[in-house]
Amino acid sequence: MSLVQEPAMTAPSTSPETTSRAAALMKRRSRIRFYEIIVWVAAIAAYFLLPTKMLILTEIAILALFAVSLDLVLGFAGIVSLGHTAFFGLGAYVAGLLALHYVAEPVTGLIVAGVISGVLGLLTSFLILRGSDLTRLMTTLGIGLMMAEVANQMAWLTGGADGLSGFSPTAILGLFEFDLFGQTGYLYCLAVLFVGTMIMRAIAFSPFGLSLKAIKGNPMRAGMIAVPARKRIVIAYTIAAVFAGMAGALLAQTTSFVSPDVLAFHRSADVLLVLVIGGTGYLYGGIFGAVFFTLIKDWLSVITPQYWMFYIGLLLVILVLIGRDRLARWVEYLPERFSKKEGGQ
Amino acid sequence: MLTILFDGIAYGMLLFILACGLTVTLGLMNFINLAHGAFAMAGGYITVIMMNRYGISFYWCLPAAFLVAAVIGLVLERTLYQWLYQAPHLDQVLFSIGIVFMAVAGTDYFMGGQQQLINLPPELSGRMEVMGVGVGRYRLFTIVLCALLAIALQLILSKTRFGSRLRAAVDDRRVAMGLGINVPVVFALTFAFGSGLAGLGGAMGAEILGLDPNFPLKFMIYFLIVVSVGGTSTVSGPFLAALLLGIADVAGKYYVPAIGPFVIYGLMIVMLIVRPNGLFARGGR
Amino acid sequence: MSEIVLETRNLKRRFGAFLATNDVSLKVERGARHALIGPNGAGKTTLINLLTGVLPPSEGQVLLEGEDITSLASFKRVKRGLTRTFQINQLFNEFTPLETVALAIAEREGVGHNLFKSISSYSKITDEAASLLAQFGLASVMGERTTILPYGKQRLLEIALAFASKPRVLLLDEPAAGVPEDERHEVLQIVSDLPADVTVLLIEHDMDLVFSFADRISVLVAGAVFTEGTVAEISSDPRVKAVYLGENA
Repeated sequence: MSLVQEPAMTAPSTSPETTSRAAALMKRRSRIRFYEIIVWVAAIAAYFLLPTKMLILTEIAILALFAVSLDLVLGFAGIVSLGHTAFFGLGAYVAGLLALHYVAEPVTGLIVAGVISGVLGLLTSFLILRGSDLTRLMTTLGIGLMMAEVANQMAWLTGGADGLSGFSPTAILGLFEFDLFGQTGYLYCLAVLFVGTMIMRAIAFSPFGLSLKAIKGNPMRAGMIAVPARKRIVIAYTIAAVFAGMAGALLAQTTSFVSPDVLAFHRSADVLLVLVIGGTGYLYGGIFGAVFFTLIKDWLSVITPQYWMFYIGLLLVILVLIGRDRLARWVEYLPERFSKKEGGQ
Repeated sequence: MLTILFDGIAYGMLLFILACGLTVTLGLMNFINLAHGAFAMAGGYITVIMMNRYGISFYWCLPAAFLVAAVIGLVLERTLYQWLYQAPHLDQVLFSIGIVFMAVAGTDYFMGGQQQLINLPPELSGRMEVMGVGVGRYRLFTIVLCALLAIALQLILSKTRFGSRLRAAVDDRRVAMGLGINVPVVFALTFAFGSGLAGLGGAMGAEILGLDPNFPLKFMIYFLIVVSVGGTSTVSGPFLAALLLGIADVAGKYYVPAIGPFVIYGLMIVMLIVRPNGLFARGGR
Repeated sequence: MSEIVLETRNLKRRFGAFLATNDVSLKVERGARHALIGPNGAGKTTLINLLTGVLPPSEGQVLLEGEDITSLASFKRVKRGLTRTFQINQLFNEFTPLETVALAIAEREGVGHNLFKSISSYSKITDEAASLLAQFGLASVMGERTTILPYGKQRLLEIALAFASKPRVLLLDEPAAGVPEDERHEVLQIVSDLPADVTVLLIEHDMDLVFSFADRISVLVAGAVFTEGTVAEISSDPRVKAVYLGENA
């Protein structure tokens, strides 16, 4: 190690190799990885290969979007939320009510649900800025429970414990009718998941996304390189709320039903588990986790319809004790990571 | 009006006994134990089983609830919790939610999902008039017992050798270890004691708070509010926070039933805005 | 040039009953190479924390270029040209040095809020980051994760990161600590070579380094300014020696 002895802040004297290597390294960060292609190809292949499994595929796509949105909060900004389902549930109710009383076209409902959930995210984001992890847990949990209570109390609007039904979305954009087998529904959810993931992917590789990870990694230093942490967290939380709301809207639209269960605490816990199974901080963890979680839950509810919660709990405990990092690291063994190791130095 | 206040105080006192174990776990081990309510539920069900199946006196059930919950706490602390003290908060949260889910489903399996009822001894049921105020006997019993416990806790922490060790370990773990305090033992005993108190609270609360398998989920937010608002550095902080929460909750549900359930959330949000570091936080950060 | 660029007025900071910073009124001139010395526990790092907004003061004011910044958040102070290094490395462990420095430059250039444009598409930022890292001898490891770098390299990154914000006032908290002996002077050489209008406030224990680098020295004892003067005045002041010897004895 030797330090180049020259006046500081004189950029041009760096060797061209260094500069071009730096450019290549930066580009490598955001390149499309092998597993990304596999995910989308598999998702489309499933449509053709598993025509009888449309409902569970749809469920996976919705849960995946929900989990990817949580990753923006947890994996990037580092905020543990126990109430992410507040936005999911709000989106579901908004989409359901809109379809029931005003517009039954799904994309309109999707956008309105996203916007309204985003507004709730923006309003509540200011409450999570202060305090420790503990106060954030309290706040997010409280907001989730409060939304559930609101839905329960406003039974005249939400149908209370019976849920909201009696609406059926019309053709998507006036073009694609929902069919009985849920094929249109799956493609619709998949398309929204794809667009949502691509948008959040762009955010992940932007200076904004990098600054979020900086805030998570070392908030004090982030402040010392001029990252305005609060502003960034507010924006990230709001965006996450938008996509969570959209995921809720998708559920309402594809099932033509909103159950008060969309705001239940276990959903917030489930989506945390989903994300942790798949790994946090790279978005696709939400998708991998959703596939795994939905299959397991489906299997468990066949074996033990009433007590699957026990096994979900057991899974959580085991996951943590074994070390979720170790489990989630399987992604690194996918082919692209090998190419990175070769291509690195 | 005074009756409401009285009920609120009883409710708040119970919350304090239920939650004070959590403040220690949090202050001492920096461990966010969302499963704290599961220990309380264990105490509650012990009481139900002992009273309803074996006809054992309520007064014997209370110490039994304490002991059983404490033993469960001790076993879990030694086998599972202790590995996670250094883990990130996310791990602790996931782990303890896992415990809650298992406790909820397990209780449902063995005991059924219905609300459990206990028959209080005759001398504790009913109401009486104290200076023109209608007072539930059982609530009076609760207040007296909880107040005694709170005073005892304060004395243990401030006067005994164990208490001073505990406070040393809370303030600075490394310093405490350097002073030759066996921190893991202090941790384990404290965890067990906190779980025991929760168990006792669960037993006493079966009548006032209700008892069903969802108990740990239902009261998770109350516990979190008590410890966030009250802080972890004193006994009096969580005590006052619990009282405030109890009175506000009872009064809210009585006077404005339509928005009663929202009182605690409103309280939580106001606290966050006014005192983000807790009601009685020590100065600075 | 005797314009005061950084100033504190009666700054106090209490931790409980302990007064870590006791009525410090300090003036630093533009372009100064000002050193802050004092025995361990004198409150040097606390003072830096107060200056940079890591800690709020209990009393008193901090002024940057004549403006009161006492209640300003850290990131806003950095925006105004005041930044620092930390005595104990404060880095982003999962980032590479390149990402770390690129982010600091992006924030300085005001593009940190950009949501959708990939950071790799800002080629000027990448170029500048690469040359800054090369200057600190970090070019060969710029694509490694920070956490696996040897301590000395991390130390250099800590300093390079402060440079990335192009500060007008730079506070260095024991920058040479942990840097191998033979490279210490090179580190401070880079600091010395900063443009003349950049102000540097240095905390350092190595007196040789301090005396060769600084043009003015303040001695902090028990949270208060004990004395202040030129290198010649301080190095010949018997009281300063007594303070140090008294602590070391």
